[in-house]
Amino acid sequence: MALHDLLIAPFSEFAFMRRALIACIAISLSAGPIGSFLVLRRMSLMGDAMSHAVLPGVALGFLFFGLDLWSMALGGLVASLAVALLAGVVSRVTPLKEDTSLAGFYLISIASGVLIISLHGSNVDLMHILFGSLLGVDDRSLLLVAGAATLTLFAFAVIYRPLVVECFDPGFLRVAAGGRSGSAIGGPGAVAHLVFLVLVVVNLVAGMQALGTLMSVGLLLLPAAAARLWAGSVGGLMLTTSGIAMAASLLGLVLSYHVNAPSGPAIVLVAGFFYIASLAFGQRGGLVRRYLPRRHLAH
Amino acid sequence: MNVAHLKHVHPAPMHVAAEGPAAISVCNLTVAYNRHPAVHHLTGQFREGSLTALCGPNGGGKSSLLKAIVGLAPIASGHVDFAADRKRAIAYLPQVVEVDRGFPLKVLDVADLGHWRRAGAFGRLTAAHRKQSLAALAAVGLQGLEQRPIEALSVGQFQRLLFARLIVEDAPIILLDEPFNAIDQRTTEDLLRLVVGWSVEGRTVVAAIHDLDMARRAFPEALLIAREPIAWGAARDVLDDAHLARARALAEGWLENAPVCEVPA
Repeated sequence: MALHDLLIAPFSEFAFMRRALIACIAISLSAGPIGSFLVLRRMSLMGDAMSHAVLPGVALGFLFFGLDLWSMALGGLVASLAVALLAGVVSRVTPLKEDTSLAGFYLISIASGVLIISLHGSNVDLMHILFGSLLGVDDRSLLLVAGAATLTLFAFAVIYRPLVVECFDPGFLRVAAGGRSGSAIGGPGAVAHLVFLVLVVVNLVAGMQALGTLMSVGLLLLPAAAARLWAGSVGGLMLTTSGIAMAASLLGLVLSYHVNAPSGPAIVLVAGFFYIASLAFGQRGGLVRRYLPRRHLAH
Repeated sequence: MNVAHLKHVHPAPMHVAAEGPAAISVCNLTVAYNRHPAVHHLTGQFREGSLTALCGPNGGGKSSLLKAIVGLAPIASGHVDFAADRKRAIAYLPQVVEVDRGFPLKVLDVADLGHWRRAGAFGRLTAAHRKQSLAALAAVGLQGLEQRPIEALSVGQFQRLLFARLIVEDAPIILLDEPFNAIDQRTTEDLLRLVVGWSVEGRTVVAAIHDLDMARRAFPEALLIAREPIAWGAARDVLDDAHLARARALAEGWLENAPVCEVPA
């Protein structure tokens, strides 16, 4: 009975809890492929920077149209993509490496975003946009999240093979698929990479209402980081990631409900707990396996 | 159009490769980095079905020549031509493979990559494709390891796997950049046997190697370059003491501030 009160009652009693849960489960479906490839492509930091870059776009949408979902989403989409592409350009045409230019852009983004919102709204608005709000998930934002997850899964079916090869051996694809155009730009690998970047941003923006702009990357990234310590194949990694993300969503929402805290940090904290537990107990490179190895085999 | 590249030494008199239809024709090719030529006014042909050892000192332009042929290095002047329909059919093994060896793929998956030209991003891998992949893995001595994750392979096993992928690619032209570096003797011998076999099957094979004894023993033809082309032809003639001494002398004289090369492009 107590367990029912703890885990089930919030959802059976309140429609906003059910909506928040469905939104988070949709993001968890996306998190499988998106998070896995952020980790495999060593783009975790990139994902983090892009999530910060969503903010000024959302803020501009908020500035001109108030708390309107579509204008804020579109603003966030444009701003985040712009930063991802600009950081890539800067690292190519200047001596700065990509991590430095990413850090530069996301500091500028978050500072300008917070400034714009706090000048023209209340602190409550700012908290909701940054960290998500259980009550904020209305029907339109549910549609946005579900649409993003659907788009992500279908698009991944298309770009999956080139993306895997581009991660594993980019040089191979340049020769095998490029003919002798002589340029490293273009080709199926580059297209797959670009589509992937767009999908990352779409999901970051879609998670804005339920998780907040700062926290939505957490539900994409932390489950994948945890799953990397368990799964041994790309497919297994994606499935494990989605599973962990769903568990974190459920438990995080319950936590958020019972302690009356913003939903984003609660969910990300639970995902973080799974990550730390995996660091300790993961079958592939976890610390317990590393420092308490089983006896070696005969041959 | 091209900025004139920096001169260093006048081109050596050209040594013509043996007769036969050309698979790859290199015409007055110069590849330059920051205007310094890595390959300087190279002209000649790799015949269909030839097996050529590409020799020369480090920094002598071996990798640059192979990269220019596959289109990965910028050509400063001159051009590379292929027999009809061959330009998209080159299998290339780079010296430093920028592979993520921790990536969660299985051995068989990597061999399957060799089907890319036929299957592409969306094509189905048929049972026949699979059979070819399995046969290639058996040919390089990796049978039984098909389902292993690649992170479990040793350096030598991984090189065998890359050779299996080359077999699956089934390309008429195969370019290998120092394929036997850091590989033990037995693996080297196994892989060298495959390379010679490709030539017997009529494929055109060029391999950059440092082991001159191996070049004389296993390769009918050789091209010796030290930025400047030195000799191109039968391996025994190319890799003689006079040519090698000249390569060494050239390698010692590479300078930073060279004048602009005036040889017509």
